Amino acid sequence: MTALSDDIPHHILSVLVENKAGVLARVSGLFARRGFNIVSLAVAPTEDEYLSRITIAVEVASAPLDQITEQLFKLISVVSITELDPRHAVERELLLVTIEAPPDVRPQILALVDELAGRVLDEGQDRLTVSVEGHPNALDDCAERLRPFGIVELRRTGRVALPKLDNAIDHRLHQV
Amino acid sequence: MQLNGSQALIKALEMEGVDTIFGLPGGCILPAYDPLLDSAIRHILVRHEQGAGHMAEGYAHVTGRPGVAMVTSGPAATNIVTPLCNAYMDSIPLVVITGQVPVSAIGTDAFQECDTIGVTRSVTKHNELITSAQDIPRAVREAFHIATTGRPGPVLLDIPKDIIDARNPNSAMEWHWPDDADVLAGLPGYRPITHGDPRKIREAAEFILRAERPVIYAGGGILKARAAETLHELAELCGIHVVTTLMARGAFPDSHPLCLGMPGMHGNYTAVTAMQRSDLLIALGSRFDDRITGKVDAFAPEAKVIHVDIDPAEIGKVRRPDVPIVGDCRLVIEELVEVLKELLANGAAFPDRSRWKQTIAGWQEINPLAYVPAEPGDSLKPQFVLEQLRDNNPDDCIVVSGVGQHQMWASQYWHFERPYTWVNSGGLGTMGFAVPAAIGAKVGRPDSTVWAVDGDGCFQMTAQELVTAAAERIPVKIAILNNAYLGMVRQWQEMFYEERYSEVYLSPDLPDYKLWAEAMGCVGMRVDSPEEVEAAIQKANEIDDRPVVIDFRVDAAEKVYPMVAPGQSNDDIVTDPGLRQGIKR
Ligand SMILES: Cc1ncc(C[n+]2csc(CCOP(=O)(O)OP(=O)(O)O)c2C)c(N)n1
Ligand SMILES: [Mg+2]
Repeated sequence: MTALSDDIPHHILSVLVENKAGVLARVSGLFARRGFNIVSLAVAPTEDEYLSRITIAVEVASAPLDQITEQLFKLISVVSITELDPRHAVERELLLVTIEAPPDVRPQILALVDELAGRVLDEGQDRLTVSVEGHPNALDDCAERLRPFGIVELRRTGRVALPKLDNAIDHRLHQV
Repeated sequence: MQLNGSQALIKALEMEGVDTIFGLPGGCILPAYDPLLDSAIRHILVRHEQGAGHMAEGYAHVTGRPGVAMVTSGPAATNIVTPLCNAYMDSIPLVVITGQVPVSAIGTDAFQECDTIGVTRSVTKHNELITSAQDIPRAVREAFHIATTGRPGPVLLDIPKDIIDARNPNSAMEWHWPDDADVLAGLPGYRPITHGDPRKIREAAEFILRAERPVIYAGGGILKARAAETLHELAELCGIHVVTTLMARGAFPDSHPLCLGMPGMHGNYTAVTAMQRSDLLIALGSRFDDRITGKVDAFAPEAKVIHVDIDPAEIGKVRRPDVPIVGDCRLVIEELVEVLKELLANGAAFPDRSRWKQTIAGWQEINPLAYVPAEPGDSLKPQFVLEQLRDNNPDDCIVVSGVGQHQMWASQYWHFERPYTWVNSGGLGTMGFAVPAAIGAKVGRPDSTVWAVDGDGCFQMTAQELVTAAAERIPVKIAILNNAYLGMVRQWQEMFYEERYSEVYLSPDLPDYKLWAEAMGCVGMRVDSPEEVEAAIQKANEIDDRPVVIDFRVDAAEKVYPMVAPGQSNDDIVTDPGLRQGIKR
């Protein structure tokens, strides 16, 4: 597996949508139809029960940013779009991984998890499940360093992001 | 007031002012057809659901009101996908209602279940699966609001059977008609921008005051915004020439001295070349379609661009404008005219454009739109049929066309004097559009003569709707330009595939169009020679109690000129070689 995320120059769009059936399909369908490539995508409810937030990282090369946001904003269910320039945003992602961890190498793995500021979530006879939180780039490195021990399964949530504090840029592109 | 879902649906349509529904019933939508019996709404029973969709489009085109179609689930829903896509491409307001299997059966591959929402998502402005009878009035109001505001387009409502079935408890509802505030609250993400940014409008006015070779590039948005009158005012105030795209024919009168007619792949030489040489394109409700620009990199290389469109996504999609203005064309042009008047009153003046005007007049003289007329004994020229149709009908005659060579000739040779007299399928290029769209147009404008100019290939795709027209006494007139070929494809094979004709021959006699027309309850005629044309048209115009079909046997070798070959620069426009060399064929 190669690095997943930051090798690809991307825009981060934080999209507030109506919390209705099929909205994610509309958004992802639009990206497919217009040939915009998604690097990562995360969806979650918001503090308002009628709204959800979709955080999308879009490949820069696939289309001009304003075409992507204008087309996205045409969807009736999209309420607002905020563009976060990766240079002016904090990005975080969660990685869950189950690793082969027989007793003889387990101490080595635990030491590595410690170094990565990860946490052991579950322990089996020969395996461990670990979580690591961090910048997507850092998670790429984590995965690489854990790989030699034998990765059974690996899951990543896709990134979420917020603007950096104390910078004057207005990220809001479209707000109704 | 307690109602059931089907009553609520029909009542909601009545509340929206719907006078006509084009449709065909079936299992899942069946309950909605019962209260229809007690409603003043006229239902037109089509023979194929594609026909219902195109009829609704024709109706919307000529009235400006949303067209409404209602069909059942599954195969009926898939049959109406083509009109939805057509309406989406041409920004036609439609509300399409499809039946769906009961809520509890959704996702089980039930009989006639189809994921209509999934299938139509990319060809509608919006769609919604209604899952509760209580939601019906809200969903209908929102659908009409979305279809008709902003950039118009088709909206589909998918309605499961149980919530409209009077015998099912799921259909019980308490009637409530949402007000405007409810609609806004229900659509938090939908606020179309209608008023242009005043600073940008002022900037546009300044560009116009400086331009030496300006051209107004008027698109279908002018008609959607009902801005033809304002466009007229702008053009006359500034003395700027206007091109009207295929979607905007009629938005500016062809007889006006400032009208240059249609630009694009089959546009006339002057319209194409004036845009190419222009130093300012004022794009009003047009979208720089590839059929207009030719090779984009070579399109109007010296022109600055003012682009006015209600859809922000159109601005800069193809060509980056110097002055982008998001807004409703009518409102923006009105404001632009005000600013220009103010600047002119304060001493501003247009530069001397007499040389540009002379250049344009010169192009018009050297390269008028023309064809090589038939010699005695030659077969009938399709352009001649169009000229005769045009000259034997009033200005308010509505012309509807299919897709192919005949469509281009119709757009070229008709003289459009009024808005909303031209109905065609521009963006999608849907063969089979003409017959049903003409029927819809006639329903919407019963007092106007409606002529469809159709191809023999197109006619065979949806001709069965003439049965609908005959049964419903909708007296449309159909002129088939029967060249026995899929003519437009034949033209490309002749020009770009070394005359290797592959699967384009149709035969002039199979079917027998006259007999077929008569079998469908229409008057059928056949015309072979130029001398018969006018009399046949006049005879058709006298018939007002049933549809008429005239099979015009036209020259199969005739090609549409001028032409900019696909992917080529508009500089390389080719006019009819027969005319250029003065050769009589
Ligand atoms: C539904 C559909 N299928 C295929 C095409 C491709 N196509 C464009 S024009 C044309 C030929 C139309 O033939 P006809 O109706 O006889 O018109 P003509 O060009 O001969 O005037 C075809 C096949 C299309 N536009 N639409
Ligand atoms: Mg033909």
